[in-house]
Amino acid sequence: MSGPIKPLLTSRYGIEEGWKLANAERAGAYEVARQALTSRKPAELREEVKKANIRGRGGAGFPAGVKWGFLNRQEGEEIYLVINADESEPGTFKDRSIMDLDPHRLIEGAIISCFAIDAHTTYIYVRGELAFSVQRLERAIAEAREAGYLGERPFGIDHAIDVHVHSGAGAYICGEETALLNSLEGRRGEPRLKPPFPAVKGAFGMPTIVNNVETVASVPDIVQMGGEAWSALGQLPGDGGVRLYGVSGHVKNPGLFEAPVGITMRELIDDYAGGMLGDRPLKAVIPGGSSTPVLDPRRKVDAPLEEHPLHKWHGQSEIDVPMGVDTYRALGTMLGTCCAIVMDDTVNMVEASRNLMRFYKHESCGQCTPCREGTGWLVDVLDNLCSGRGKPEDVDLLVNISNNMMGNTICAFADGTAMPMLGMVQKFREEFMDAAMNGVPDGVRHDDSTRSIVEGGA
Amino acid sequence: MAFALTPEREQQVDDILTRYPERRAALLPVLWLCQRQNGWISPEVVKYVAERLELSTAIIQGVVTFYTMFFDEPVGENVVWVCRTLSCDLRGGKSIQEHLEKKLGCTAGHTSSDGKFTLLKAECLAACGQAPMVQINDYYYENLNVEQLDRIIDAHATKGGDAAATEFSTFASFAAPRGSGAGPVTSAPPPPSKEAVRLASQPPPAGDGKGEES
Repeated sequence: MSGPIKPLLTSRYGIEEGWKLANAERAGAYEVARQALTSRKPAELREEVKKANIRGRGGAGFPAGVKWGFLNRQEGEEIYLVINADESEPGTFKDRSIMDLDPHRLIEGAIISCFAIDAHTTYIYVRGELAFSVQRLERAIAEAREAGYLGERPFGIDHAIDVHVHSGAGAYICGEETALLNSLEGRRGEPRLKPPFPAVKGAFGMPTIVNNVETVASVPDIVQMGGEAWSALGQLPGDGGVRLYGVSGHVKNPGLFEAPVGITMRELIDDYAGGMLGDRPLKAVIPGGSSTPVLDPRRKVDAPLEEHPLHKWHGQSEIDVPMGVDTYRALGTMLGTCCAIVMDDTVNMVEASRNLMRFYKHESCGQCTPCREGTGWLVDVLDNLCSGRGKPEDVDLLVNISNNMMGNTICAFADGTAMPMLGMVQKFREEFMDAAMNGVPDGVRHDDSTRSIVEGGA
Repeated sequence: MAFALTPEREQQVDDILTRYPERRAALLPVLWLCQRQNGWISPEVVKYVAERLELSTAIIQGVVTFYTMFFDEPVGENVVWVCRTLSCDLRGGKSIQEHLEKKLGCTAGHTSSDGKFTLLKAECLAACGQAPMVQINDYYYENLNVEQLDRIIDAHATKGGDAAATEFSTFASFAAPRGSGAGPVTSAPPPPSKEAVRLASQPPPAGDGKGEES
């Protein structure tokens, strides 16, 4: 595995009550913000973030520095920074740790970012379920305001900055940036047609940057180390730094880990997460949240041509390709939020698909017909397959429905449903055909490997 | 009966309104305040919010029905959300739901006969590494097995939600760091002490909130 790294994002996680200002400050909180606001120019800070090659940590992997560059303020417009803390993608649980354990890192990142993009107001949109994280953030904001790091003259400079927490109320779609903006404005969380993109017309009709929690929390480290040095921590070109990796499912030690960009899935599972639970064989892994197509460790990278971006890993297992935004795209999946769901050989992939498609059916906002109807159809077909009422044509029907959803809707939700569905059928077709012929045996459960732990002696 | 917020919460509404350039943006935060006081978004609450924020009741109804956490019908004293999305199901989410249904005597989507618990299925609650888990009211309870779940439910029934949360609820927390510096995050109980300052979104302590409708 990769060599030891000095923790950056998680460096204050271990401090006792590190969420309190005094404790966080003893460990260096707000030093970078103070230095940045009092002695650096906004353009320099934007340049550092650009050089850092930080790919957005919310799932799409868009370079944050480039996104900041899209701002083009017209006269009389105010720029807003909106932090997306609506973490809801199945499998993903990283941003909550920043808000619970080191909220001051996020606030410090927001202060520097506001100064860099000439914004005065930040809204942190936190999913409604995370009431505890909201409390932590609000206390931390109150402390920072009291200390003079937020308010009319943060660190004594003439650039007012304030941060507000806005609590959602239970809707996955509000993680989509324009749905989030609608929700912030007190509307139903339905995505907006783009363009205009938020950088041109976002919150309250003003130019707005929407960044993920982890992205903003990385800004202090980027500014402190310098963009190039921070970028060099990562092991892939154009995809810099360190990030949070999550692992859930059938591993010995599920949880969250900080590591450089570019470790492999095999390293993540074996070295970080302690290997497979009960040393059972790995059957499949969903790499970065449920919208990212599944990886099958039996499959080999097929890149015989030298110019193929994955040529270096030709013939190796899919899980031996370094985890990066571009490498994973070349592999036909996505890095997403970098939080993996690991499944052992007890899991039936038709059942697993049904579980996830139920999620999408529940969470589709209903605005676009292909998504609203398509997600429901997928669940109906999968229900039929699982209950033994299926036919072999149903497997192609899953593909057909998915293809008719992709690209036919306002936002990427339908694509995020169709892509993993297609990936499942493509990689585990024999299992779907088997279900079409025989159904899924009664009593098949996802948790066969773990039931004894959960049910104990009962 | 007309609904009105307590004077303290009215003050919070005034404060919330200063945060946004548009009045309507206060809708979600104000609905939260109302639900914390009233337990659910009743037609009286909708009417109150419509007047307070100068919006039509249709707009508010549309928003309330969009979000799963706003209740448009009364719920039990405690609302139990059991996560049934894949990561939790791989670690026993189904067993947790089955156990809860047996223990509370009601299936998901219903309220126990004593009115103490409403059991609801939830989609991913973003605690996948600490699966299986449930959310009860405002708090998370993670790395569950049925014995622990029994203790948590019993505490809610006998001591009330706030005391149970202090004793058993969890937040993201850091376990022993690895040699590499990359450490796993598991869950730890929140600190028992609660600070004196109350914030707008802070859950009310036990005894507050319900039954204050005038």
